[in-house]
Amino acid sequence: MTTTAQTTQSIRPILELVDVTKKYGDFCALDRVNFTAAPGSVTCIVGPSGSGKSTMLRTMNMLETIDGGAIYFHGEMIGHTVHGQHRYPVSDATARKQRLNFGMVFQNFNLFPNYTALENVTLAPISVRGKSKPEALAAGEELLGKVGLAEKKNNYPSELSGGQQQRVAIARALAMEPEILLFDEPTSALDPELVGEVLSVMQRLARTGRTMVIVTHEMGFAQDVADEVIFMDAGRIIEQGPPRELFQNPKTDRAKKFFASVAREQAEEHSHA
Amino acid sequence: MALTTNGRPMTLTEPVGSTTRRHQDLAALPIRPRPSLKRWISYVLAAYVGLIALEMLFFNQNWQWDVVGSYLFSQIVISGLLNTIQLTVLTTVFGLIIGGVIAWCRLSNLAVLRTFSLLYIWVMRAMPPLVMLLLIYFVGALVPNFSIGIPFGPSFLDIPANQVISQFSAAVIGLSIYLGAYSAEIFRGGVQSLTAGQAEACKALGLSPTKAYVKVLGPQVVRNITPAMANEVITIFKNTSLVSVIGYTELLTTVQNVYAVSFETIPLLTVAVIWYLVLTSLAMVGQSLLERHFGKGFNRRKGSVPRSTQVEGSEGPVAPNPLTDVLAAKDEK
Ligand SMILES: Nc1ncnc2c1ncn2[C@@H]1O[C@H](COP(=O)(O)OP(=O)(O)OP(=O)(O)O)[C@@H](O)[C@H]1O
Ligand SMILES: [Mg+2]
Repeated sequence: MTTTAQTTQSIRPILELVDVTKKYGDFCALDRVNFTAAPGSVTCIVGPSGSGKSTMLRTMNMLETIDGGAIYFHGEMIGHTVHGQHRYPVSDATARKQRLNFGMVFQNFNLFPNYTALENVTLAPISVRGKSKPEALAAGEELLGKVGLAEKKNNYPSELSGGQQQRVAIARALAMEPEILLFDEPTSALDPELVGEVLSVMQRLARTGRTMVIVTHEMGFAQDVADEVIFMDAGRIIEQGPPRELFQNPKTDRAKKFFASVAREQAEEHSHA
Repeated sequence: MALTTNGRPMTLTEPVGSTTRRHQDLAALPIRPRPSLKRWISYVLAAYVGLIALEMLFFNQNWQWDVVGSYLFSQIVISGLLNTIQLTVLTTVFGLIIGGVIAWCRLSNLAVLRTFSLLYIWVMRAMPPLVMLLLIYFVGALVPNFSIGIPFGPSFLDIPANQVISQFSAAVIGLSIYLGAYSAEIFRGGVQSLTAGQAEACKALGLSPTKAYVKVLGPQVVRNITPAMANEVITIFKNTSLVSVIGYTELLTTVQNVYAVSFETIPLLTVAVIWYLVLTSLAMVGQSLLERHFGKGFNRRKGSVPRSTQVEGSEGPVAPNPLTDVLAAKDEK
């Protein structure tokens, strides 16, 4: 584990969500969510389906607008600017710049099907960061090597397995050198035997001290890499804490039930395997 | 070393007798498709239809192939053909630009642009192309001067309609705005066929909307809309024959003018059909080039990768499920 709960207090948080609220009509998808991440920390968000995990993750890099509260990156408000007694959403150009601090890995990979693995990785560095082509290609090949796909660089996504596609997606996010990596259930679209290869890449990333926020159903993985686990239900953070504490002694009934059911599921999976 | 199917070295306990060798010989025989009666019947039918076509085309004196041959490359036909090509190219270029702009308006989040594009598409789809051509050609009767200024107030620039509208410009304008409406809907369909994830991935990587469209989304849209767009362009190219109503002499009008005098109707129509076939072939070659270029990455797997090479068990990924043990221990309390 890289950072512990004690150090989070002394270090200025890299990311801070304060009373973040998100509504779809009358429905409250996020209800006054508060969260801080220390630099280099790994946070896992768990909870039942529809509890707002994806929504919370997506508000962080402004893929979702928020209806209340604020998000701070290195202590600066992002997504909104303050004018006197009011706040206004930032311009699209500013949002784009702020979003560059975050890398995102999607459940369905969302690789660009018309580009090869290497082109997927180098596209944004070249056309957004303005890197030279040779430089971007060299960096891209190195990243693909790191996720174990050096020899697949010229394959199109349709020619890669799900696990390989997701590893390309991770390399693509890393290529932009973001400060925070966001993962939304990166392994739940994968066949069970392909989950391991993606998790091991993420595990290695966690050890290199990258700030990561991960929505996941893989409790074993969360226990291994997370500094902090957040349990969400119905748009609220119900409990949070270090994984061992949270998994062993959930305080609320809701969390107890959830962890018990997950444990049962995973036990079943193992008995099948 | 020889391996069995499950990867273990082959043990030489089985006798490598004559049976095994015979099995190997048989296994080496090449594989042919099954002989099929259906296939032979289809060949016979095709030959029969082919012969009928041959007889109709080349042994029917009424086609007058010699006359066809004498007109096919004649100067008058070629100049009509060039007019058709010119009209088609200009109409396609302007029509697709208009279509792109209208589609962009239709997808805009500004209500005014959305309404404008909806009205445009509504009116243009309602209008037969023939009526459109006539209206534009005779627009001088409706608006004698094109002027830029304040409605009901002074105008700063006046251009007489007759100076702008010729047979040629009326043809280009009429067909372009017609193609614009139809292609706008095709563009919109192409954009809507993109999955939301593609646009989100672009956003997450910090691509500006323009760059996202140029680099990622646009090529996928082009791939999606090429067949439908090729249809529209080929339709427009045949619709150029409508401009004869305003007296512009493209291919069809040219041959009509010729057979009106010489009465060689069938051979001259054949000349036109041959050229339309040639141009359509060109368009279809262009279409398939476009589809090949923008289809890269979308073709089915080139060679399927054996599943076993894709699993990376060696990494020793995650400790198997500590949670179960943890919770099991807790349940015992
Ligand atoms: N565009 C939308 N319009 C209306 N409701 C929405 C929309 N997107 C999400 N929701 C609702 O917001 C709630 C939270 O959704 P979210 O996707 O964050 O759940 P989740 O915790 O990620 O679930 P899962 O584990 O299934 O991915 C859900 O109840 C969902 O129905
Ligand atoms: Mg989700």
